[in-house]
Amino acid sequence: MGFWEIMFEQFPYFMPLLLRGAIMTVTVAVGALALALLLGLVVALLKMSPLRMLHGLASAYIEILRGTPALAQLFVIYFGLPDIGIHPEPVTAAIIGLGINGSAYLAEIYRAGIEAIHKGQIEAALSLGMTPTRAMQYIILPQALRMMLPPITNFSIILLKDTALVSVVAAPEIMFFARNLVTETFLSMHVYLLAALIYLCMTIPMARVVAVLERNRQAWQ
Amino acid sequence: MFDLVDIYRENLAAWLPEMVQACFGTLKLAFLSFLLAVAVGLLVALLRTSANALVRAIAICYIEVARGMPALVILYIVYFVPPQIAPGVKWLALSSFTAAIIGLAIHGGAILAEIFRSGIEALHHGQKEAALSLGMTPAKAMAYIILPQAMRIVLPPVANYSIGLLKDTAVCALIAAPELMLRAKDLASSSFQPMAVFLLAAALYFVMSYPLALLARHIESRLSYSR
Amino acid sequence: MPGKKNSEPKSPDAPLLRIRDLHKSFGDLEVLSGIDVDVRRGEKLCIIGPSGSGKTTLLRCVNYLEKPTSGHIWIDGTLIGEKQVGDRFVHLSDHELAKERQEIGFVFQRFNLFPHLTALQNVTIAPRKVLGKPVDEAEAEGKAMLEKVGLGHKFNEYPERLSGGQQQRVAIARVLAMQPKLMLFDEATSALDPELVGEVLRVMRELATEGRTMVVVTHEIQFAAEVADRVIFMDEGKIVEDGPPAAILTNAQHARTRAFLSQITER
Repeated sequence: MGFWEIMFEQFPYFMPLLLRGAIMTVTVAVGALALALLLGLVVALLKMSPLRMLHGLASAYIEILRGTPALAQLFVIYFGLPDIGIHPEPVTAAIIGLGINGSAYLAEIYRAGIEAIHKGQIEAALSLGMTPTRAMQYIILPQALRMMLPPITNFSIILLKDTALVSVVAAPEIMFFARNLVTETFLSMHVYLLAALIYLCMTIPMARVVAVLERNRQAWQ
Repeated sequence: MFDLVDIYRENLAAWLPEMVQACFGTLKLAFLSFLLAVAVGLLVALLRTSANALVRAIAICYIEVARGMPALVILYIVYFVPPQIAPGVKWLALSSFTAAIIGLAIHGGAILAEIFRSGIEALHHGQKEAALSLGMTPAKAMAYIILPQAMRIVLPPVANYSIGLLKDTAVCALIAAPELMLRAKDLASSSFQPMAVFLLAAALYFVMSYPLALLARHIESRLSYSR
Repeated sequence: MPGKKNSEPKSPDAPLLRIRDLHKSFGDLEVLSGIDVDVRRGEKLCIIGPSGSGKTTLLRCVNYLEKPTSGHIWIDGTLIGEKQVGDRFVHLSDHELAKERQEIGFVFQRFNLFPHLTALQNVTIAPRKVLGKPVDEAEAEGKAMLEKVGLGHKFNEYPERLSGGQQQRVAIARVLAMQPKLMLFDEATSALDPELVGEVLRVMRELATEGRTMVVVTHEIQFAAEVADRVIFMDEGKIVEDGPPAAILTNAQHARTRAFLSQITER
């Protein structure tokens, strides 16, 4: 049977399963992103602390998490937590694992965003009589947030693709279903191409958004 | 948690040599993929800037598609699909090592193509105009003026990519490529001490990637002029 | 070279640069609306006019950094930038244009020095890689050119260590090293701090005394008054006035020219 005939035949069987996986993919990505955004902010603030100890801890945290594969971190969390008595669901472990991994990257994005604001901005704000807090609130943070939007969106695309890894901890996302379908039907080409297509449908629009955000950021600078 | 120390005291002597051995597999895999990815990336970047619209479109398609899906999917396709659709053809049944290199290079080539392209475009177009005004052909302008400067611009992102590549080799364990993560998985299941084994593996990855990270940062600070 | 070239007999009085009916549009916007100019050998032509008048575009058309929408340009009797295919004219590619551009020197407003090369390397790269000169010869001539613009002692410096005025002088030396027939200056001093303008104008004045053919787009009216053999005032893509500097700068015929000049000198 030809490629297209098989595809036509199996499509109604494959797609619902893969789409269920896609929903899980998005769930894990969103959950991990939220965790990464919050945790990353904490880490970034710690790193900016004048206390050497806190700065050191935050730096070490970032270096280690960025210097080791996400897969290794997932394994450590998924297999390690039961050792101390916590038995997380696969999905929870996935979100925690990718979230912690992401927090390291986000901490760096936060730092770069704030440092990118020209020192003259702070000086201008302060000489207008604003307190440092007000300066941060009205001048620095709004600009910093706009600067950070493209890298954060970029990171989200990477995070979305990294969810494919959590199939190894049995989280039922796209690749999990894909692998099972292939084991069952041996139609690896059809299944993986469909899976690839689903990822592309998610990442390509996001990449467009990044391009638009980048252009706005350039113009606005 | 404290039995970690005991676990290591018992097993480190047995585990470490095996895992360090596997590290060489990781490094080999990363190195070869990097070379292939750079070659692919350069080629695609040049195609991307071609005058021919069809060539450009093909390059753009490749970049969008290869970047838009997880490396894992590409690895699966390269490893599992050829033997299944052409079972008679021997050379298509790639070893996991070869499939890993090709898969990572396909993914990396797309990433690098974009890095190279923005490196070339980041140059002020006045540079190209000055070169052409002096009577250089576009080829000479590219060789003596554009590419030398572009090289300097792309060095930091390429260095960053190489660190990411090193970590991505771990994913190749999922197609059973002979590297560190695969060895760790085997060891974890045979020793029933997954956490200890994976922590050790993570530490080894860190030992491999940290020098690269330091090098990348050093390169970034050494570039004196920012254009 | 592929294609036929439309050649005119080269008599010593024939214009070095001839432009006929030049039009250039960017999309819907017509920036040059029919330019006709002749520049004789050794003539210094200054082009003045308000922003948007098309003077930079005109200059960039001469060395085909912009491709004209219609019209023709001859240098030393040879049609440049196009080849005749049957009875149509076709623009040359950058690859084919390279040879023609060797004879035209272009000095940019923003210098465009090559930052990865020293001053001397900037000056010698084209003679070496385009004209094929051996390194020793190119470097000797290069150093001489840098001396000429007053920067012989800076030959080993990278552009980032040079002031704007110094960079522009290196850019001029770079052009001189190719021994062009025609030199084009695109607002060579506009991007410079006021105190650095003088050193560049000094170099340009000296070049003017050497019998070179120069077309200078500039805002420096004083310079035009002293150095130009001829001044052209452009506005909205057309040549409004064309004559000797004394006539134009002090006694312009057209109201627009006078308005522009009074605006400039008011600063």
